Amino acid sequence: MELPIYLDNNATTPLDPRVLEAMLPYFTTKFGNAASRNHAFGWVAEEGVDYAREQAAKLIGCTEKEIIFTSGATEADNLGIKGVFEMYQDKGNHIITATTEHKAVLDTCKHLEKLGAKVTYLQVKEDGLIDLAELEAAMTEQTILVTIMYGNNEIGVVQPIKEISAIAHKFGALFMTDATQAVGKIPVDVNADGIDLLAFSAHKMYGPKGVGVLYVRRKNPRVKVTAQMDGGGHERGMRSGTLNVPGIVGLGKACELCRLEMDEEAKRLSGLRDKLESALSVMEESYVNGNTQHRLPHVANISFKYVEGEGLMMAMKDLAVSSGSACTSASLEPSYVLKSLGLSDDLAHSSIRFGLGRFTTEEEIDYAIENTKKAVNHLRDLSPLWEMFKEGIDLSKIEWAEH
Amino acid sequence: MAYSEKVMEHYTNPRNVGTLDKDSKSVGTGLVGAPECGDVMRLQIEVDENNVITDAKFKTFGCGSAIASSSLATEWLKGKTVDEAMTIDNMDIVEELALPPVKIHCSVLAEDAIKSAINDYRVKNGMEPIALPKSHH
Repeated sequence: MELPIYLDNNATTPLDPRVLEAMLPYFTTKFGNAASRNHAFGWVAEEGVDYAREQAAKLIGCTEKEIIFTSGATEADNLGIKGVFEMYQDKGNHIITATTEHKAVLDTCKHLEKLGAKVTYLQVKEDGLIDLAELEAAMTEQTILVTIMYGNNEIGVVQPIKEISAIAHKFGALFMTDATQAVGKIPVDVNADGIDLLAFSAHKMYGPKGVGVLYVRRKNPRVKVTAQMDGGGHERGMRSGTLNVPGIVGLGKACELCRLEMDEEAKRLSGLRDKLESALSVMEESYVNGNTQHRLPHVANISFKYVEGEGLMMAMKDLAVSSGSACTSASLEPSYVLKSLGLSDDLAHSSIRFGLGRFTTEEEIDYAIENTKKAVNHLRDLSPLWEMFKEGIDLSKIEWAEH
Repeated sequence: MAYSEKVMEHYTNPRNVGTLDKDSKSVGTGLVGAPECGDVMRLQIEVDENNVITDAKFKTFGCGSAIASSSLATEWLKGKTVDEAMTIDNMDIVEELALPPVKIHCSVLAEDAIKSAINDYRVKNGMEPIALPKSHH
């Protein structure tokens, strides 16, 4: 077992060696421009892109023509939301999203507010799921788009996508989902789920960075988005720019592997995740964040009360994880996602996200359990709050000097 | 962000972790910060009849820099007179630990903790608390 151990697979994943192998020729001998229609170099590159498009389509249950390649999920989110807002402005200007979305969605919506959009940010319940009745109540005749993420990047909860899309459609709005954390990890089918637009990226599923997809429905209804990048009219005019052929080939291979191996991988990872989670949540004053029924198989988000996340990560020095704490003078604010669940600031500061992945082994999880326990106990020995808690002092009654 | 070697060293081997009897007249306790902000420091000093700090202990809830800042502070406090201790400036801590700008607030908190512990000691022993400049935040 090599140290440090990588348990931050929601941030990014390592490239699968099989993906790398598929990509390599497209950097060297198959270097052509996929838009060069008049010679073999172009045709070979185009074949690679076609194959990738087919694999991406198969993974989410759509047709090849509905796949728009982008530079990643952030661009796909931008293109989907801004593109719909521009294209459907005659129909309305209202967009509904949720407070726990990724910044790529939230900040895009904020940008559109400056351009005249009305945006509703739905609160989530304690378990991280949105309230369907609240969504329905927020729908108006002006609503053109509902955009709710599939699986959350911090806590892994999976939203009731089918029910959400049905509500959006009942009111004649389109439904979009940022499925970056879900695609390749759990079955996602755009038809079964009623999805009109969907964003995902390759590097969260063992593919390369810098390439992603926006799925845009072509039938029932035919959805159109206004291009945000003008130029040569690539990707059916929706996203100009020479195709990143090696990246796209890598994305395609990553999609293929996920489709073939997802079932087994999800079973294995949820087993390891449950082992990790149950070993750590039996510790005194530790809490699992988010709904534990409806969630991704590979994420565990746990708060260890009375220790601070960044300090804790320093003690878990052989583990690469992430924390909801942001202990910098620029932002003393902890994770907005955890705060949206109604978590108090101190619990949000005390959270650690473990993100398992394809290459995580049981030996690594066993090590992670021991290492984390040791670190938590060590920091609690250093923590004045833990000592006060142990003495039975009610910390909420103390007048803290906020700084 | 990578931590400096000195921060790592104090973090890995923190000095003077522990608790002094907060009810003792010779002990001053400073508790600063807030759980919501992700930093709470408790720093305690024990002062002898010659006004010399004979012992110092801390416990800190916070990031590595906050733990290192308080550990360093206890090290510096021991053997100093209370008056000398008043002159410890947060920038001395920043310099010693090579704290980056985003971690300066950890050193400020440590300075606040020192002054707050001294004032607790003064008040307990019938002296006026020293007026403190407003927190730097």
